[in-house]
Amino acid sequence: MSALQHFLAMGGYAAYVWPAYAVFFVVLIADSIAPALRRHRVLRELRARLARQSARQQRQPPPATPSA
Amino acid sequence: MNRPGLGTACAAMLRRDLALAWRRRGDIAMPVLYAVIVATLFPFALGPEDTLLQRIAGGVVLVTVLLAMLLALDAMFASDIEDGSLEQLVLSPQPLALLLGMKILAHWLATALPLIVIAPLLAAMLHLPGTVIPVLLLALLLATPLLSLLGAVLVALTAGTRRSGMLLALMLLPLCVPAVIFAAGAVAAAQQGLPWLAPIAWLAAALVLAVVLAPLACAAALRIALDA
Amino acid sequence: MSDWIPLWLHKLGSPPTFYRFAGKLQPWAMTLALLLGAVALYGGLLLAPADYQQGDAYRIIFIHVPSAWMSMFIYAVMGVASFVALVWRIKLAEVVAMQSAPIGAAFTFITLVTGSLWGKPMWGTWWTWDARLTSELVLLFLYLGVIGLYHAFEDRRQGARAAGFLAIIGVINVPIVHFSVNWWNTLHQGSTVNVFGQSKMAWDMLWPLLTMTLATKFYYAASLFRRARTDLLDMEGGKDWVRKIAEDEADR
Repeated sequence: MSALQHFLAMGGYAAYVWPAYAVFFVVLIADSIAPALRRHRVLRELRARLARQSARQQRQPPPATPSA
Repeated sequence: MNRPGLGTACAAMLRRDLALAWRRRGDIAMPVLYAVIVATLFPFALGPEDTLLQRIAGGVVLVTVLLAMLLALDAMFASDIEDGSLEQLVLSPQPLALLLGMKILAHWLATALPLIVIAPLLAAMLHLPGTVIPVLLLALLLATPLLSLLGAVLVALTAGTRRSGMLLALMLLPLCVPAVIFAAGAVAAAQQGLPWLAPIAWLAAALVLAVVLAPLACAAALRIALDA
Repeated sequence: MSDWIPLWLHKLGSPPTFYRFAGKLQPWAMTLALLLGAVALYGGLLLAPADYQQGDAYRIIFIHVPSAWMSMFIYAVMGVASFVALVWRIKLAEVVAMQSAPIGAAFTFITLVTGSLWGKPMWGTWWTWDARLTSELVLLFLYLGVIGLYHAFEDRRQGARAAGFLAIIGVINVPIVHFSVNWWNTLHQGSTVNVFGQSKMAWDMLWPLLTMTLATKFYYAASLFRRARTDLLDMEGGKDWVRKIAEDEADR
């Protein structure tokens, strides 16, 4: 048996050790991707809001003096 | 303006809540009916053998009563929030914690007491030995107010949210684990002929602590949840 | 506020300053976490010898135990931050408390799953109602309750205060649950599981464990910084400094 195979077999406990490590990494990777996705969404929504605001201001300039 | 004494205010609060509960008698019957239905379903699911039912009877009755109380918990402050009387309560000159304590007492009298009354019936349906029933009642008498008090704090926390009964269950579960363990432990010990005083004493200690602290926590939680 | 608190701490509490500060530190924390994690994995999976009793299955310890420590450490951080948020009404403390909750829940979940995967070959069962396991499960429910309550409110700051209150109640609750489950186990004479008992760990097993613990601490810092930065952007959406960031990133 090659050294790699021996390592992957984990002394017969491969079915338990590797899933445990897989869960550890999958959960933590998901945890570190989540804020990046949310950041993109937040900034995109903010830019859309700002664009809408400036478009509205260009179409109808606000009155110089607010009416009572 | 001379303000009414503390005792008068508390008595008025209790009278008002009990009167309101009495006018909606149908709502009081709901948790009782629920508990009867659940307890009836267990023998059908597990089979009618006496020994098996006897073994699980105490736990089934306790969990059934707990779930029935959870069903009614959501409504503890709901109508008061809708008509704005809870905000009046927060603004009143009397200490909020004491008035909330009265509300919790009224809620316990209206929902938990009927459940305790039918608990012997449920226990008998599941063949719990007659000698154990007093211990079961004692455990329920201590555990149900504890659940009412803990539940009130959580209901107060969710006061400002859109209603979600599932969230309340999720929040209550970690808090009620010790109460269930000691109440069921006392019944199990009594059933095995072991001394059951220790778990009852632990329950009583927890109840004393909750009676003092929970109304204060409830008041603080309500102030957070209503402070917009 | 009292003058014994240094000025830089006040400044750090302001969202734009913290945003920049966290942005500077976050890559360093992440790099350290990855580096230490790689070293710990090398030490734990390749260098450390197999346990004479548990064979190679014990290697789950290198992620299980650090995760378990983190699940409690993060809960403590959340409790302290919630307390600060409730007493002094500092916005940043609310953000730290609420953004810690998902990370803590993730570590608690990892602890439960890896513990279960370890328990199956060692004790022959996926789950046992031992005090330590039950407390960890209750901790997961507490985390989920805090997250759920936070999202149930329309107003984010109010949600953070309410959920913070729940987190503080939970700090009192966990030891009580642990104690009561211990008592319950003696009544039911359940299987008493004692893995860490008196056994002393050999140094070449201990150092990867401690290194991984450090790695998870740095990971938590990096993840918290990221989440807090995103949350601040979302919260302060109308402010000028956020607008500038949004416009700068659009140009790129």
